[in-house]
Amino acid sequence: MTSMHEPASEEAVAEIVATARADRMPLCLAGGDTKAGIGRPVQAAATLTSRKLKGITLYEPAELVIGAKAGTPLAEIEAALAEKGQRLAFEPPDYRALLGTEGEPTIGGVAAANLSGPRRIMAGAARDALIGVRFVNGHGEIVKNGGRVMKNVTGLDLVKLMGGSWGTLGLLTEVIFKVLPIPETSTTLLYSGLDDERAVAALSEALGSPFEVTGAAHVPVGEGYQTAQTLIRIEGFESSVDYRLGELREALADYGDPAVLAHESGDSLWRGLRDGAPLIALADHAIWRISTRPGAGPALAAAIRSKVQGRHYFDWGGGLIWIATPADDAAAAHVRAATRTHGGHATLMRAPPELRAAIDVFEPLPEPLMRISREIKNRFDPDGIFNPGRMYAGI
Amino acid sequence: MSIAFPTPDAGILARRDEIIAGLAQILPPDCLITSEDERRAYDTDALTSYRKMPLAVALPRSTQEVSDVMRYCHENGVKVVARGAGTSLAGGAIPQEDAVVIGVAKLADVIEMNFADRYARVQSGITNLAISGAVAHESFFYAPDPSSQLACTIAGNIAMNSGGAHCLKYGVTTNNLLGVTMVLVDGTIVELGGAHLDAPGYDLLGLITGSEGQLGIVTEATVRILRQAEGARPALIGFDSAETAGACVAAIIGAGIIPVALEYMDRPAIQVCEAFAKAGYPLDVEAMLIVEVEGSDEEIEDQLGRIVAIAEDFSPQTLRVAQSEAESAAIWKGRKSAFGATGRIADYICMDGTIPTGQLPHVLKRIDEIVKSYGLGVANVFHAGDGNLHPLVMFDAAKPGDMQKAEDAGSDILKLCVEVGGCLTGEHGVGIEKRDLMTYQYNKQDLAQQLRVRGVFDPGWLLNSAKVFPLEGRDAA
Repeated sequence: MTSMHEPASEEAVAEIVATARADRMPLCLAGGDTKAGIGRPVQAAATLTSRKLKGITLYEPAELVIGAKAGTPLAEIEAALAEKGQRLAFEPPDYRALLGTEGEPTIGGVAAANLSGPRRIMAGAARDALIGVRFVNGHGEIVKNGGRVMKNVTGLDLVKLMGGSWGTLGLLTEVIFKVLPIPETSTTLLYSGLDDERAVAALSEALGSPFEVTGAAHVPVGEGYQTAQTLIRIEGFESSVDYRLGELREALADYGDPAVLAHESGDSLWRGLRDGAPLIALADHAIWRISTRPGAGPALAAAIRSKVQGRHYFDWGGGLIWIATPADDAAAAHVRAATRTHGGHATLMRAPPELRAAIDVFEPLPEPLMRISREIKNRFDPDGIFNPGRMYAGI
Repeated sequence: MSIAFPTPDAGILARRDEIIAGLAQILPPDCLITSEDERRAYDTDALTSYRKMPLAVALPRSTQEVSDVMRYCHENGVKVVARGAGTSLAGGAIPQEDAVVIGVAKLADVIEMNFADRYARVQSGITNLAISGAVAHESFFYAPDPSSQLACTIAGNIAMNSGGAHCLKYGVTTNNLLGVTMVLVDGTIVELGGAHLDAPGYDLLGLITGSEGQLGIVTEATVRILRQAEGARPALIGFDSAETAGACVAAIIGAGIIPVALEYMDRPAIQVCEAFAKAGYPLDVEAMLIVEVEGSDEEIEDQLGRIVAIAEDFSPQTLRVAQSEAESAAIWKGRKSAFGATGRIADYICMDGTIPTGQLPHVLKRIDEIVKSYGLGVANVFHAGDGNLHPLVMFDAAKPGDMQKAEDAGSDILKLCVEVGGCLTGEHGVGIEKRDLMTYQYNKQDLAQQLRVRGVFDPGWLLNSAKVFPLEGRDAA
């Protein structure tokens, strides 16, 4: 039975950390715990969660900025934004169904994981939208970096380091994100029956056009997909979307005659792709997310699929591969071999704890970068008490 | 002239001949500048009131040569100042007497262009505009567009996380950079990122962007390139007050419209730029916005129609949409020449604070009061969409004490930016210029954490060490 710290103030967080540090007592750092299964398993007697640090601290729609305590539910942020016709443009995913977790995703967890959905190709990642943080480091000090303005080069950008650090550098207490307006409408073009290579070629053509594609995905034939589906999303003012839709259809005429999905049906489709839905049913499989050069996507996926059975699909114009493989060392070795050959990096998103303890969850780093990463960890958390080993051994 | 430099290391100065001989073992004569006359070309950057003659200037031709020079300097305890094109307004590239300048000027090639995957791989000494030039035949471009883009290098852009007029839509350097080759202080060559998105492990690429040459020297970069819009057109909207212009900016963004650029100029800036660029700016308004939108002709018409309708609620004094390519170009020429044009009529220092845009009227009023209290003038140009201000504080360098007054006024303005919730620098960097103001934005613990991270890369303070962090309190971490 692990004990649970749920401080309601930044000062209380600092005190708990100072005590844990003095006792050399590792802490499992968490927000809503909905992404708990990602990373190497953490051994800690106590959990320190930000979930009681709640509330929107700043929202200026005309300045395109929102700030909130780290434990604020993502749903609350999204509702507040929607009321003013705005959103987090990077489409933060919801992995509860994928990972079988419960609870509420928090805005702090969104920042700490730096995970982004389909619109990442156009609007940037979570880390691009994250412009300010407050956190408590392993010294028990309250630190701020960045701020509420979207152009800021004052000093070192520790915001970027905190984004995607998975609670290994500090407990985020407050985060500030840049937001964007929700466009008037969105439409999705659906091409059927393309193989992976052709599909990625079509997506590349769309993304290389002036028509501002905000989603570019491809799901091969498999469960739930009688034919392969290649999806292209356009958003904006209605007249503009109509125009670009027409232009794109013409530019992509070689790839067939697409179905046109309206706003509502398109939205739920993109949400599913964002959250790994096409793979969820493969319950006993490990699930990986691989980022690569889009043109290398089909060959990389084929290299893995030639070795192991499973299922895969592409987002980010072919540059993001979601792939389900058998949950074993051998399949993992094939994934790593494929990223080494084709470029990019793979993250194990879902696997039993035993497998996550035995193999690298995040792509192994070459030695100089591993050394730098260890030293950075050490400069934030000198006693290694925050989520020890979650990202890499010793990190 | 109030900014202090660290005292040069007498031991290094005494070993100058030996150090030059050591560098000459690594670089051919045309890549090593040692004579006083030639070194003088490198003794400052665009903050020309400060000058320091470097020990020597190295201009390596490859990543390996950069690595060899870095290793030599590291082994011999010699400081290094990295240099792109030397266009820093913050003094980021000003040398030190006991430092070797490593310039990337000879590393200016395009290595690879991949249009299907939308990236370009370049050597870091290439100019910002040359990247767009190299990919223009396929109608692609590199998005961040600092005003100095004709001269500034991507190396310098990465060091300062440069922005530009069009980053409201496209983001700044850090949002458009996919990977780099970087040489660490001891000569180790590392690859960060690549042609893919996001990083495994900590976001070291994000960390080194904007690190002002203090964590290493970037020799190659992979940047995102984008397809050009079908067209673009700016409109000029003039108002009788800064408040009204500010309110109009808020209304445009509040209506869900993100123009590709949203620029602001006040009366003095309009006068100066119009005299220089003949852009047809309205001369009888207090504040002017340049609003640019992109797309097909129909999309442009539609968006400008929406913007005009919003602007009309604020009773603009003038409202003019560019009718031709030439007119659009003239409008941008005027804006982008603001610094140069101001330089024709006065000496100036260019500030670079960012503020929450809601604070605009208050801050403009206070800037005016601050500058007047020093008996000086100011022209304001800035990126209104993101609150990045460029007050040009004008003075007369020939007048004793005037420059000091300008620096003091500049400091007061930047402190004001921090006070209202903004920051000291939006896109120019800290350099030496804002170094001693860092304590206004960050407290001891904030700075200590940054210093600890810096210490991972350069524990011996060899890299551009006069900059960014106040000289006092560096051991606190």
